[in-house]
Amino acid sequence: MTLDEMKPGQECRILKVNIGGATGQRLLDMGFIPGTKVRVIRNAPLVDPVEFNVRGYHVSLRHSEAKGVEVELQ
Amino acid sequence: MKKASEEKTVVAVAGQPNSGKSTIFNLLTGARQHVANYPGVTVEKKTGSYRFKGERFELVDLPGTYSLTSYSLEERIARDFLLHEKPALVVDIVDASNLERNLYLTFQLSEMGIPLVIDLNMMDIAERRGLEIDVEELSRRLGAKVVPTVGNRGKGKKELYEAIRETSKDKTRFTPIHIDYGKSIEPILNELEQKLSEDKNLSSHYQPRWLAIKLMENDSEVRKLIDKHSEKGNILSLLKSKRDWFISQYGDAPEKVIAERRYLTASGIAEATVKRKKEVLWTLSDRIDQIVCHRFSGPVILAVIIYLLYKLSIGYGWKLTNYTWPLLASFRDLIASVLPAEGFIHDPFLRAMPLWVINGIIAVLNYVPIFLILFTLIAILEDTGYMARMAFILDRIFRYFGLHGQSTLPLILGGVYVGGCAIPGVMACRGIKCERSRMATIMTVPLMNCMAKVPLYVLLISIFFAEHKGFAMFFIATITIIIALSVAKILNLTVLRKREMAPFVMEMPAYHLPTVQGVLRRCLERTWLFVRKVITIIIAVAIIVYFLISFPGLSKERDAYYGNQASEIRQIFFKEIGDENPYAGTLSGAGFEEFSIYWDDYKKAGIAAKGDEEKEAIDKKFRERNPEFFKIVKSEDKEAAKVNRAYKKLERKRKQLRMEKREETIQGSLLGRTGYFMEPFTRFAGFNWRVNIALLSSFAAKESSVATLGSIYQTEEIGEEKMLEERIKEKEKGWNPLHALAIMLFMAMYPPCIPTLIMVRLEAGSTKWMLFAGIYPIVLGLMFAILVFTGGNLLGLSGLQAMIAFYILAIAVTTVMGLIKRKPKME
Repeated sequence: MTLDEMKPGQECRILKVNIGGATGQRLLDMGFIPGTKVRVIRNAPLVDPVEFNVRGYHVSLRHSEAKGVEVELQ
Repeated sequence: MKKASEEKTVVAVAGQPNSGKSTIFNLLTGARQHVANYPGVTVEKKTGSYRFKGERFELVDLPGTYSLTSYSLEERIARDFLLHEKPALVVDIVDASNLERNLYLTFQLSEMGIPLVIDLNMMDIAERRGLEIDVEELSRRLGAKVVPTVGNRGKGKKELYEAIRETSKDKTRFTPIHIDYGKSIEPILNELEQKLSEDKNLSSHYQPRWLAIKLMENDSEVRKLIDKHSEKGNILSLLKSKRDWFISQYGDAPEKVIAERRYLTASGIAEATVKRKKEVLWTLSDRIDQIVCHRFSGPVILAVIIYLLYKLSIGYGWKLTNYTWPLLASFRDLIASVLPAEGFIHDPFLRAMPLWVINGIIAVLNYVPIFLILFTLIAILEDTGYMARMAFILDRIFRYFGLHGQSTLPLILGGVYVGGCAIPGVMACRGIKCERSRMATIMTVPLMNCMAKVPLYVLLISIFFAEHKGFAMFFIATITIIIALSVAKILNLTVLRKREMAPFVMEMPAYHLPTVQGVLRRCLERTWLFVRKVITIIIAVAIIVYFLISFPGLSKERDAYYGNQASEIRQIFFKEIGDENPYAGTLSGAGFEEFSIYWDDYKKAGIAAKGDEEKEAIDKKFRERNPEFFKIVKSEDKEAAKVNRAYKKLERKRKQLRMEKREETIQGSLLGRTGYFMEPFTRFAGFNWRVNIALLSSFAAKESSVATLGSIYQTEEIGEEKMLEERIKEKEKGWNPLHALAIMLFMAMYPPCIPTLIMVRLEAGSTKWMLFAGIYPIVLGLMFAILVFTGGNLLGLSGLQAMIAFYILAIAVTTVMGLIKRKPKME
């Protein structure tokens, strides 16, 4: 499954970043690396974007970006 | 000895966003800072200097970046500076509470081979989170001096100074890190490095291993660099075969593996140097966010903050201008007093022209109190970390239209509802990371309802929509954002199509208490930027506009006519007071001019005076200056009262005559002729030449639109502002609400004022964009005006019906615009 399908409160582990280019690179730069644990904190009031906890800090992604991250539920 | 002290050591300050970089920069350099832009781009470049142990250091603040790829402008700028300007050393600001991610950048800096000093900042937050960092071990592993600091409390300043000095003196204190990129990549990296080292031209300028890594990451800028420096692209063809091989072998791009290995190394270092003394599951930030980002309370808090922003800056700022305006006005009067004196009906050029320019300048300076409050509040919002939350909450809406969550603030400042100002709005666009959204925001902020548009709305609504005031005001207040969203989308799909887009990956930094010093510094910096930029250009523009409205001037006959009128007024005055009047003597000849000045001075002094005591003092002064004149001014005896009455009448007539003359000059001027010339066309929008002139001349200052209409619709009685409604109704008997609606919509789309255009030029980075921002609203405004006026007339709609129809149409278009999918992202 992909990161955009996660619900707030769920925790998952990254398997693979499936997008390349600027978005893929930015995700990698921000620590979205295979094996990394991600916790979904909350959706924005209009559902998109979503806030995650990665490597001890908080970051928000739009669903379109989160879709590029393949994860497995913990 | 002296020579050595004059040499300066250039130090670059790098770091990720939210690492407290600017705090450290301010801490190190103090007030000796200079703000400019990096050449050719709109990214701010701050430099500052300091002296330590007799040596001079010059600091350059690099843009905050998470990485050093070539994907974003900031990263390219930071990297290019390090590559080409070759600073003696880099201070890397690292957020101690977020070590892993920050080390990711540190590694990339270290690989570039420039000596590094690491500032382990925000130690207090790390401690609060229960983290204990072994600084010695970290320093050993990174091959660089590590200095723990708490930037906002000034802790560690001395040590940092010392570390910078030491490392700049003794480069052996730094060893570039060598990250093991793993069995799959290292052999390729070595081969590339070998090849690159052979090229002496390249390897003398750049670190071969760094180049090799960047090439394997498929970095477009480094490829260009190689293309430029090396021969025949044999390195690039080798690279291509290696990358292709790698991808076919491992099924993954090398850049992913490289990033992975960097994070692996970072985790390794963090594990070895950071001890977690206690587990902090819920930080204070998390708890605040539970309310601030909550589905229901989040938007409410946002609305309250926006309301406060308006209320405090524009609401109270305006009140503050009541105190600052007299200062500006007295400055103008001071200048006026040294210029040649005012003529009876004709002012000498050397008076009229400078006063016109000064009026332009002080009209703009009048906004400074508002900006001071506004920029303070924005700096507070930025420093606390709320901006990211604002973007988080509203991104969804904006992105339908090719804007960004970060477009929220600029649009609010521009006046999403009513009464903003486009200048700070455009300036605030700097924070938008996505280039395409940033440009779209810069271009649409001026469509918002700034304070200067409001008087005309109020005037026209109270004449033509008196029965539906509430709805009409709501219409004009909300229609602009609806239109702006569509415009943003259209720009996105057309002229901005090729602009770079940034992925939405936004850090939500922990909340911070802003420091007074940091906030004030930013507020003053921005205000100063505004004042400096605007004043210089406004002078030139004011001069041009002055010529446009005064040339070619009146014909000889008309000039003579006004001259005759003037002397007639004077004759009537003397006839009225009569020859026997004891004051007639003092007023004849030069005495008359003198008395005019005396009269004006007394009036002015009277207005400025507060309280009875001051008034008495003024009276005393004027009595001493000329006891005879004083009697007239005060109507002290019967004859004096007669003179006083007659003079008041004369003054009224004189003002009327001046007004008429000015009006005729404007009508005959280049600008006025353009107004006439355009009438056949603007008729379709319902604008006659009078309106054309008013609209054209308000380009210099929108807030003057009402005043200009006022002077054009001048009748016998002068200066009765509240009568303007009546006057317009009287002169434009054929007008109906459709005329008014057309004018209102045109005003809503009115081109940005000159200071805003100057800011657009600064932020968009080109004159071309500035012209675009000035011209497209005119086209749009005319289109809308023609649509409601001609369309409304054809369909026989009333003003209110046309208003509703236009509103529905605008919403429909905007909805459709929002639904148009963006082109798939470039891969």
